[in-house]
Amino acid sequence: MALAKAINESLRRALDSDPKVLIMGEDVGKLGGVFRVTDGLQKDFGESRVIDTPLAESGIVGTAIGLALRGYRPVVEIQFDGFVFPAYDQIVTQLAKMHARSLGKVKLPVVVRIPYGGGIGAVEHHSESPEALFAHVAGLKVVSPSNASDAYWMMQQAIQSDDPVIFFEPKRRYWDKAEVNTEAIPGPLHRARVVREGTDLTLVAYGPMVKLCQEVANAAAEEGKSLEVLDLRSMSPMDFDSIQASVEKTRRLVVVHEAPVFLGSGAEIAARITERCFYHLEAPVLRVGGYHAPYPPARLEDEYLPGLDRVLDAVDRALAY
Amino acid sequence: MTVESTAASKPRRSAGTKSTAGKRTTAKNAPSTDPELVQLLTPEGERLKNAEYDKYVAGITPDELRGLYRDMVLTRRFDAEATSLQRQGELGLWASLLGQEAAQIGSGRATREDDYVFPTYREHGVAWCRGVDPTNLLGMFRGVNNGGWDPNSNNFHLYTIVIGSQTLHATGYAMGVAKDGADSAVIAYFGDGASSQGDVAESFTFSAVYNAPVVFFCQNNQWAISEPTEKQTRVPLYQRAQGYGFPGVRVDGNDVLACLAVTKWALERARSGEGPTLVEAYTYRMGAHTTSDDPTKYRADEEREAWEAKDPILRLRRYLEASNHADEGFFAELEAESETLGKRVREAVRAMPDPDHFAIFENAYADGHALVDEERAQFAAYQASFADEGGH
Repeated sequence: MALAKAINESLRRALDSDPKVLIMGEDVGKLGGVFRVTDGLQKDFGESRVIDTPLAESGIVGTAIGLALRGYRPVVEIQFDGFVFPAYDQIVTQLAKMHARSLGKVKLPVVVRIPYGGGIGAVEHHSESPEALFAHVAGLKVVSPSNASDAYWMMQQAIQSDDPVIFFEPKRRYWDKAEVNTEAIPGPLHRARVVREGTDLTLVAYGPMVKLCQEVANAAAEEGKSLEVLDLRSMSPMDFDSIQASVEKTRRLVVVHEAPVFLGSGAEIAARITERCFYHLEAPVLRVGGYHAPYPPARLEDEYLPGLDRVLDAVDRALAY
Repeated sequence: MTVESTAASKPRRSAGTKSTAGKRTTAKNAPSTDPELVQLLTPEGERLKNAEYDKYVAGITPDELRGLYRDMVLTRRFDAEATSLQRQGELGLWASLLGQEAAQIGSGRATREDDYVFPTYREHGVAWCRGVDPTNLLGMFRGVNNGGWDPNSNNFHLYTIVIGSQTLHATGYAMGVAKDGADSAVIAYFGDGASSQGDVAESFTFSAVYNAPVVFFCQNNQWAISEPTEKQTRVPLYQRAQGYGFPGVRVDGNDVLACLAVTKWALERARSGEGPTLVEAYTYRMGAHTTSDDPTKYRADEEREAWEAKDPILRLRRYLEASNHADEGFFAELEAESETLGKRVREAVRAMPDPDHFAIFENAYADGHALVDEERAQFAAYQASFADEGGH
């Protein structure tokens, strides 16, 4: 099933199994969401559980906090990445900190769903990758599925988590299909997964870039290079152990994300893996990502976003050391 | 007797008086006529009839009246001790509620046990009414925690420092109450400054759209640090509610009976499914914004002196004495109780232990986090390395 449909099924399952789960956001109810991710849910579960909210992101997150204090488990949607910023204060000063502020008495099991990333030819503010801005804040958990199966199971786990989870959905992959076994026993939410084994270099990516990295590995294989692709899945907590295990084997690392390279998640990976794997590394950790410039208009986004050639170029540079 | 200042309007018996202009450097945008202000007790301690709100305090007993007085006196004493303790370096900061006792005790005593309260960071009087021990409030001002109590113990949320944020939490909580089919109500406190925040506007929107059982209790104490209310609004704050489709009322914030009555009315509205209400308690911040603030830099002594005559505790005392509801014995006993409370607060603060170093890592996450565990271990090793060297 498609990634968007997998999330829909997962939300349905959550609404079914826990009466405290609520869905809130702009256009999520009657319309079923602008990407149809919540399609059909209001019809089946009612307006009291699948709620169309006023057009006010801070209000959406703030009231979700209040509902969580009352014992509910709100799953809120921010319609697009670039529109999360009015809610950023509530997310960072309240959602992230209230558990600690209350010395553990208060739990805020809120999931904030955010379609993110580019590659869909959209207008301004609809193609951002702000995950680092959230991962940098203690108290939040930040995850991003790259495929339909992970989307299904990670959503279950995010909703069951007693911590606030920012759930970044790669919108350019919403229509990508994959097998989803709804009876499976999922792996841990925050563990990375080796998507493709290799020996010469490790590619680490998450969300929309995992598929790209698989294409890069395919292309590299034709040139006799064996690349290992690791789907990070979770930005906070970040599975450094899995990255370390891979790099100890391959000795070279390239991180790929749509977000700008400067102060992006790749910077953390580079610093930490350099520290952990200094004597294993044959090359510095390289990063491929967006430029330090506002996300460009659609006609230029292919030049801005990491693509096959740019990632292969970084792979070659790393291998050349 | 109220004191007229150079720019004051004539005081009226049945409605309140506006605050006096004082040393304001900005033009006054206050309305040309006094807005309606609900008052049941004049500054002189005279009981006024009020057709609309009398019924909410009609059955009040002398014991309850003495109780309100005691609440205000002990709250003021606690507040004074905390201010003192800050000056002595025992607290890093204190936000005094001096002058706002009636607004807080009146509204606080209107709440039911199963109601839920969302304060700002100055509602020490409401905390008192909810049964939160005053010493619990002091931890965050001493710097040993960011809020020392369990919100669910007394249905009194932690103090929120980001201005206005709690009004959204209160609205969401109230939405939850309605979903549960419960008939409890939620009350959200905020100030005149906070009324400008977007979150407060959004809380009005959400509460109106969802008909949430929430009372928005605005203590307009005339000042947001150094900025007078004219910097926050062109219209009396209680009128804001009309734009969102729910009632707003201005009450004399220094009149504990009026605050009690109006809050009861508003809470009842919420309980019976009539949705939100805005109550603007018109009062005055007699002290500084916090102990880091110096009001002499921006407001006139005359203004503050004028408000002294409207003191909330004084007017209730006058009423109690005039109606023979309290004798010298009562006041003497209360003074003694006040002394005991003061001593207890001083001792509690001085004895307050610093938190364990590892508290840094506690409760960052409910379900734990690998990096927090890793850093805690590194921190432990680092701290232990000093001990190994035979140091402290």
